[in-house]
Amino acid sequence: MKVSELVKELNLVVFSGENHLNREISGGYVSDLLSDVMGNAREGNVWITLQTHRNVVAIASLKELACILLVSSLVPEQSALDHSNQEGIPVLGTSLSTFEIAGLLYQKIKIAR
Amino acid sequence: MIELKFNIEGGDFDSAGTASSETKKKLQQLNVDSKVIKRTVVALYEGEVNIAAHAYRGVVTVKVSDHQILAILKDEGPGIADISRAMMVGFSTASPKVREMGFGAGMGLPNMKKNADDLQIESTPGVGTTVTMSFVF
Repeated sequence: MKVSELVKELNLVVFSGENHLNREISGGYVSDLLSDVMGNAREGNVWITLQTHRNVVAIASLKELACILLVSSLVPEQSALDHSNQEGIPVLGTSLSTFEIAGLLYQKIKIAR
Repeated sequence: MIELKFNIEGGDFDSAGTASSETKKKLQQLNVDSKVIKRTVVALYEGEVNIAAHAYRGVVTVKVSDHQILAILKDEGPGIADISRAMMVGFSTASPKVREMGFGAGMGLPNMKKNADDLQIESTPGVGTTVTMSFVF
């Protein structure tokens, strides 16, 4: 499943990285602790978080994650947006809570397999 | 041998990740095994963040030779009083501001140990810390 399909199916907001929505999704990871993501997220994961600063993009890029998905209508900081366009990592958003969007993502990925 | 050098200022989280990102690009150019690149980048990023979070300033030196990457992170800062305690998962002296950003969960040094083939820490309280990591390929 590609990030672009996820955007459509879960009606997600695309804040940045519009040109990089063809990235393939390998799974998901839910965490707001950056070292946890650094240590345990896998390449191609959708990272669900409430952190909105630019270090999130740095980590997603280093770990080659598929995209960042911000929850609860949170909006990324401008420096995060700029950095995500440079690095080619899409930053997406939803009004749903972490629990709700993680559940939906899990179902979508499970069906896609 | 190739040598890369990066300066890091204490408190500068906006630049955190620059050394890891540049090192990653260089290692990819050198066709280093992608698993080794992944391990190096995780450990190096944690080291960079530690300098930004705890030290006044520091220098990261990365040396790439035929079969090894050596990363030396030398900082001027408060030092680590009890290294064995600092190595424990969950132990952190990070400020509330740093924790709010999602750092300071006490996982940085354990992540570094897990991903490096060798990790040495020398620290003098009140002077600074030098972390040396090697990655073999």
